Amino acid sequence: MLKNITIGQYFPGNTIIHKLDPRIKILITLIFIIALFFVDSFTPYLFVIAFIFISIVLSKVPLKYILKGLKPLFIIILITFFINAILTPGKLIFNIGPISITEEGLRQATFMALRLVFLVVGTSLLTLTTSPIALTDGIEKLLNPFRKVGLPAHELAMMMTIALRFIPTLLEETDKIMKAQMARGADFESGNIMNRAKSLVPLLVPLFISAFRRADELAMAMEARCYRGGDNRTRMKVLSLEKRDYLSLGISLLMFAIIIFFRYFI
Amino acid sequence: MNNVMIKIDNLTYEYTNNENQTNIALDNVSLEIEKGEFVVVLGHNGSGKSTLAKHINALLLPSKGHIYVNGMDTQSEDKLWDIRQTAGMVFQNPDNQLVATIVEEDVAFGPENQGIEPKEIRKRVDRALEIVEMTKYKEHAPHLLSGGQKQRIAIAGVLAMNPECVIFDEPTAMLDPSGRIEVMNTIKKLNKEEGKTIVHITHYMDEAVDADRIIVMEEGKIVLQGSPKEVFSQVEKMKEYGLDIPQVTELSYKLRNEGIEIPSDILTVEEMVRLI
Repeated sequence: MLKNITIGQYFPGNTIIHKLDPRIKILITLIFIIALFFVDSFTPYLFVIAFIFISIVLSKVPLKYILKGLKPLFIIILITFFINAILTPGKLIFNIGPISITEEGLRQATFMALRLVFLVVGTSLLTLTTSPIALTDGIEKLLNPFRKVGLPAHELAMMMTIALRFIPTLLEETDKIMKAQMARGADFESGNIMNRAKSLVPLLVPLFISAFRRADELAMAMEARCYRGGDNRTRMKVLSLEKRDYLSLGISLLMFAIIIFFRYFI
Repeated sequence: MNNVMIKIDNLTYEYTNNENQTNIALDNVSLEIEKGEFVVVLGHNGSGKSTLAKHINALLLPSKGHIYVNGMDTQSEDKLWDIRQTAGMVFQNPDNQLVATIVEEDVAFGPENQGIEPKEIRKRVDRALEIVEMTKYKEHAPHLLSGGQKQRIAIAGVLAMNPECVIFDEPTAMLDPSGRIEVMNTIKKLNKEEGKTIVHITHYMDEAVDADRIIVMEEGKIVLQGSPKEVFSQVEKMKEYGLDIPQVTELSYKLRNEGIEIPSDILTVEEMVRLI
């Protein structure tokens, strides 16, 4: 049951989107998210749709894959839609009992739902086309300027790397402990929520103990390999910006400008 | 330039456990290991052999006495990183010593910490992976590899730091037999072809047969040392310390006890076959 969990579900490829510098990709995603919140009419949405659609086509990630990421959020999107549709006052279209649907409500609801959809599609495109290690590298480099104000950029990136490294190891271990406890008669699958939560205790206790033991050993192994924090550290793979990075950043900024223009000048 | 890689001088290590009792893990140990030597440290659990290994890498500091790695005292703090670079260390659990999510990134971890130029790191990583014969796995995720392969990646990670000496702290204890053979072959290769000084800690006797010298530890003391032939021929003594001897040696010992004329220092099946 734990095998199905994929985190940072990377879709390997060799397209221009995959090859973009992770820093640029993170920045573009940020621009895209901010832009989404400035959209308030349908024409700029066309630009957003065009932008995201072209990116998906270029990345060669099957659309099915991306839509799969929307599935768990489907209910949230639906709830958002209804709450917005119901609670926005305005010109009445029809009402069912005490619930009244207004023109403004429908409009608002559609925007909110679309916003959520594009938010998820945009960010999942980032994780689908960027390997976890490139992603952490990008985050570390982007946060580097903030080190002066005391932000531990390297430490954060290191924590992410180690977390990614140990997710499969700990999942495997959880599986093992679960089977061991089941062999001794533990029951993880029946009973109400309280009972199920209680039955997790004999799973979590050994898991935590072993995680701490692992942490201790890993720390020792890292020290033995001369780890002493981020200062004076070099990297084997150096990130460098190419023409395509500047170009795609330019296109994103252009899209952002168009959306701002529509919002404030039309 | 002298020929001594590691010099241990009257080393004592005490620690206090949870109940405030003072335990002595190492008791006045003195030892010299020469450059290029292949030393195996034997002893059962709690004999202090892992504690000794951690001292060589300056992960633990002595309560009394000194350790010199290539002439550098492990207690001088400014030499700490030089010592860890000179004496690399491979641990028991292959899972708990890999840091990165991709094999080659993990091998690069050591040299990255040393602040080496990116191009040079690339070279070293490729070379290290070649030595442990894992080049074709360089872009794999470590958790998908077998135990023996993971341990070879860990060895490559140490090699990429260009150490003169590699300390192995029971690297085969958690591996299956085929993984053990893989790792042992790699260790022997490091010693013979790369000229690294090897300190190999284990409780598998058959891994000690090819060593230049065997050191037997018991209750924090060195109780026996010498060439494999010298050590394993003292069958009664080894048994007294709760240690096994290679099967063939045991066989010849029993044959001798039965009055059959056979040398007492036979270590391998081939030697036995030749004699019979």
